[in-house]
Amino acid sequence: MAMRIVAESARLLGAPRLIPIASAHIDGGLYHGDSGTLFAERLVEGGAQVAVRSTLNVGALDLMGCSRIRLEEPARGMARRMMEAYRKLGCEQSWTCAPYQAGHRPDQGSDVAWGESNAVVFCNSVLGARTNRYGDFLDIACAVTGRAPDYGLHRAENRRARLVFDVSGLSAPFLASEIAWPVLGSLYGREVGNAVGVVTGMPRHPGEDALKAFGAAAASSGAVGLFHIAGVTREAPDAETVLAGAAPEAVTRVSPEMIASARAGLSTAAAPKVIDAVAIGSPHLSPAEFDTLERLIAGRRLGVPIYACTGRHVLAGLEQSGRRKALEATGVVIVADTCVVVTPILPELAGGVLMTNSGKFAHYAPGNTGYSVLYGSLADCVESAVLGKPSFTDIAA
Amino acid sequence: MSAAPEILVPGRGSEGEALVLTAPISFWGGVDPKTGRIADVRHPQHGENLSGRVLFLPGTIGSSSASAVLLELVRNGHAPAALVLDEPDAILLLGLIVAREMGWETPMALRLGRDVFASYRGTIVNVADDGALTIAA
Repeated sequence: MAMRIVAESARLLGAPRLIPIASAHIDGGLYHGDSGTLFAERLVEGGAQVAVRSTLNVGALDLMGCSRIRLEEPARGMARRMMEAYRKLGCEQSWTCAPYQAGHRPDQGSDVAWGESNAVVFCNSVLGARTNRYGDFLDIACAVTGRAPDYGLHRAENRRARLVFDVSGLSAPFLASEIAWPVLGSLYGREVGNAVGVVTGMPRHPGEDALKAFGAAAASSGAVGLFHIAGVTREAPDAETVLAGAAPEAVTRVSPEMIASARAGLSTAAAPKVIDAVAIGSPHLSPAEFDTLERLIAGRRLGVPIYACTGRHVLAGLEQSGRRKALEATGVVIVADTCVVVTPILPELAGGVLMTNSGKFAHYAPGNTGYSVLYGSLADCVESAVLGKPSFTDIAA
Repeated sequence: MSAAPEILVPGRGSEGEALVLTAPISFWGGVDPKTGRIADVRHPQHGENLSGRVLFLPGTIGSSSASAVLLELVRNGHAPAALVLDEPDAILLLGLIVAREMGWETPMALRLGRDVFASYRGTIVNVADDGALTIAA
């Protein structure tokens, strides 16, 4: 069955052949309804086992027991059966959307089959490994067969940049700020759609967590599978190299006005007086992001909870050092193995307002949770959580 | 009016009211897998339901779980009557490929240039078993 799915996808895509893959990241373990559970169990019944290293994306349950998931039976049981089926297929119990920060980092130039839009874009862009945007079910089918259709971003000629996204017109303080990355990513995704582009005019490497936020936002607002940042990402020592000598098909010169509009577009709440919760960690928080969170909270008691989503790879460290308890004592709710937009965690609340620093949460929270969203930097999110109402410090673009 | 699009994924012929989307959509997070309602508040067709409709899709964006949402809609009977795409979408159509593997009856997926999508707005569209699209009313 797995090979038929791979072959049928290859036909649909016009791929001439299948190629071997080095690893997979599986996005099929999240419960959306019984159909996905039945599919995974069909693979198990057929005796399937993954042929390559395969990490798992988030599930619908917090198996670490940090947060309370409001998923009722029979859905809860089906979600658990689904997670169990993927374990039986031989997948690693990573349960994170940031596998690249949990020790799964394929070599540059290697072919892999990854699902989860933010993981795909990070894998291609920051690690320089080669994957398409694998949908649920094809990822596990490739993992079982160890093969993937040879098309798209597996082929070098499709990885060169065709568009230029020039940020040199933005202020240095803005580009150095945390908020720049989700906002730029959101704008970039909308501008390029599914094309490959190169960002020019970045004065320095912004750090891995910034690239993670950029990619996640770009893959939410567009169908971005690969981006380049000149002087920063693996395949782009400079813009000329990644444009492969050709003139760009279009150049977007990003203006402060475009940034203001993209930033405003991340919020759907109209000037709320209070907020009900803060959610951070899409993609899952890294240890460095927890350090920043702790520093910003500075031991204060929060007025509304901060839901901090992360993977068990980070949780272990937080527990050993006693930091998990300290954070929870301030009012932080740690969510492991899953997150607040993929499964019901936030209290059901008509007219609820959720503040976030994540471009991806900003995109999906209104549709998936019913909360309207207010977008701000992590510092603003923490101050707002302490006060229970929005608090903003502006950085001019 | 009639068109003979390429069949991307075979399925049963059907008839339904056209739903022509004017912007790309992310099925995951954008469509409620229980009902088929468009849940993305930023989407121009927010609030419409794609269940039983002949869905004209100018493109898809966002999550790689689109296939899972479509598979669930097929299983619970809220899938579109047919999907008409501008270009093959490997993520979304996987939902139909897997549904066929599971032995569930699937809607047909067809390929048609997006420039003619608008001419189907507000009509009832018949999808023949060979993929031919006809405006029935």
